[in-house]
Amino acid sequence: MAIYLTKDSRVLVQGMTGGEGTKHTRRMLAAGTNVVGGVNPRKAGRTVDFDVPRGPNGRAGATVAVPVFGSVREGMAATGADVTVVFVPPPFTKAAVVEAADAGIGLAVVITEGVPVHDTVAFTAHARRRGTRIIGPNCPGLITPGQSGAGIIPADIAEPGRIGLVSKSGTLTYQLMYELRDVGFSTCVGIGGDPVVGTTHIDCLAAFQDDPDTDLIVLIGEIGGDAEERAAAYIRAHVTKPVVGYIAGFTAPEGRTMGHAGAIVSGSSGTAQAKKRALEAAGVQVGDTPTDTARLVLATLAGPDPGRDVTHG
Amino acid sequence: MDLYEHQARQLFEEHGIPVPRAEVTDSPKEARAIARRLGGRAVVKAQVRTGGRGKAGGVKLAADPAAAELTARQILGMDIKGHRVDTVMLAQPVDIDTEYYVSYVLDRTAGGFLAIASAEGGTDIEEVAASRPEAVARVPVDPAEGVTSAKAGEIAEAAGLPPGTVDTLVRLWRVLVAEDALLVEVNPLVRTRQGRVLALDGKVTLDDNARFRQERWGADTPAPGDPLEAAAAAKGLNYVRLDGEVGVIGNGAGLVMSTLDVVAGCGARPANFLDIGGGASARVMADGLSVVLADPAVKSVLVNVFGGITACDAVAEGIVQALESVRLTKPLVVRLDGNNAARGRAVLDRRAHPGVEQATTMDGAARRAAQLATDA
Repeated sequence: MAIYLTKDSRVLVQGMTGGEGTKHTRRMLAAGTNVVGGVNPRKAGRTVDFDVPRGPNGRAGATVAVPVFGSVREGMAATGADVTVVFVPPPFTKAAVVEAADAGIGLAVVITEGVPVHDTVAFTAHARRRGTRIIGPNCPGLITPGQSGAGIIPADIAEPGRIGLVSKSGTLTYQLMYELRDVGFSTCVGIGGDPVVGTTHIDCLAAFQDDPDTDLIVLIGEIGGDAEERAAAYIRAHVTKPVVGYIAGFTAPEGRTMGHAGAIVSGSSGTAQAKKRALEAAGVQVGDTPTDTARLVLATLAGPDPGRDVTHG
Repeated sequence: MDLYEHQARQLFEEHGIPVPRAEVTDSPKEARAIARRLGGRAVVKAQVRTGGRGKAGGVKLAADPAAAELTARQILGMDIKGHRVDTVMLAQPVDIDTEYYVSYVLDRTAGGFLAIASAEGGTDIEEVAASRPEAVARVPVDPAEGVTSAKAGEIAEAAGLPPGTVDTLVRLWRVLVAEDALLVEVNPLVRTRQGRVLALDGKVTLDDNARFRQERWGADTPAPGDPLEAAAAAKGLNYVRLDGEVGVIGNGAGLVMSTLDVVAGCGARPANFLDIGGGASARVMADGLSVVLADPAVKSVLVNVFGGITACDAVAEGIVQALESVRLTKPLVVRLDGNNAARGRAVLDRRAHPGVEQATTMDGAARRAAQLATDA
């Protein structure tokens, strides 16, 4: 079943005809994603042919013609799309997401990096009122291996399986997926490294807890804000499945932004130490390195009864 | 990006928030002339992007123009927490009756902005919040509605501020929105003995992501004080210099942060953060290597790349080409994993550069780089 995205998801791509949009639409098709259309008012009515490379579940070697619609609303009416992936550049991202929410789409995955925070605040608030879930911005999107991918997470890293993963960081997501590739994943969600994001660690924890196809949850965090501390409190109160954590940024100096706009230690808040302590206090095992984290996952799954609450009973 | 106090003051003034008369200069002689224009007495304030100026001796009252020149001479060139004072602002002194605190800050958790206000201004608001939390009002602002007069009245009432501050609260919100700010803070907002409300000191943090539509501050972007950081910024590299001996280059902010931690876990200290992003072309790799190798503290360099979107053979080709243009003065440990990792490793094996070693795991690579740095 997985969370947020399955083989039945019908995916639109806003910004499909741009450079990144084209490249990743081809990759999504190769991953088996049911990409039903692109959105570009200036190219409405055309179709774009994608020579789909060989992928784990894709239509190998096939040419797929994807129609371009003038608006998200038109695209949804014509195809029954329920997910949109947004590659639109920062000056136009807010309008694209608001349009998608107004059209009533269920999930908007915003890949764009560099969106002004005031715009993110506005479109996430708007989407909440409209009932649209936002993932991102500044995120790699999500993937349900073997079924569908919405965004830029490579489909060939890991097999389908029963681990759920939520992370602020794209490359750490890939690293952990790779370490645990043979065990496999139900869904991996990259929620993004900006200070304000539409979907939080807690949202994903709740969804994985309710997902019958997920046995264990990997939570990857990094310096900045208090999302991990809040996730720890949520785990303590609501999550019975085992959770294994990893936090990046122990060596980050105070007051410096480390790559991601949200990755900054301010004064004594947002430190990796505080996040690790909070998670451990909630019974979450926290790995020292990505590899150590993968080892903890394997040990937990190999435990006497992995279905039970073995890490924080 | 943090603005200087005088830039914040200028924004406040443009948005109709009352501020004291003031002028900025980098010359003690001109400071004397400014003091004369302000009526003789002046507060001389160091312009640095850091707090705690007062305690460091960067804010002083001058009784007359001659004293203003002398004081400016003392303050200009001072070092305050690593920031050199290049300019001073001279402001007309005011008779303070009461000091308040007001700000709008980004609330990451709520995904919106929060008004923070207190009738106990003039000091460190975090100290007030820690010792007497009830003295600090926190009022969420609906981004769709913003701060209307009614909302400002609600904020003022919650904090125990007089009605005379309502107009300033409304205008301060306009500064936040118009300038794409992540923080606007007035501390202190004062009521004078004459009953006027004035913003005496301010802090504004702008959103770097909004530069494409906020061009006016572009020219004022401070070049990083560190020469290597300045060189990296000029090449468009995402580089932060640290205090260690293992240079680190990787792809993706999270993976690079993690790499720094793993190096530290091996008993060495990372010399820098450098995220070369997804592409990792030969040019970016060469630029990155040259910046990292230019750091005299660096004893070894660790390149940690996970090929997700980028294939490792392309990254390896990038390293090989970079080695054509960059003289490798320190040992280089490369870990390539993920997409096309075997082909990437073969590319480096064929090049067989004597200064380049490969490791197959992230932890192993970090251990080796740490060992090379310790042995050097």
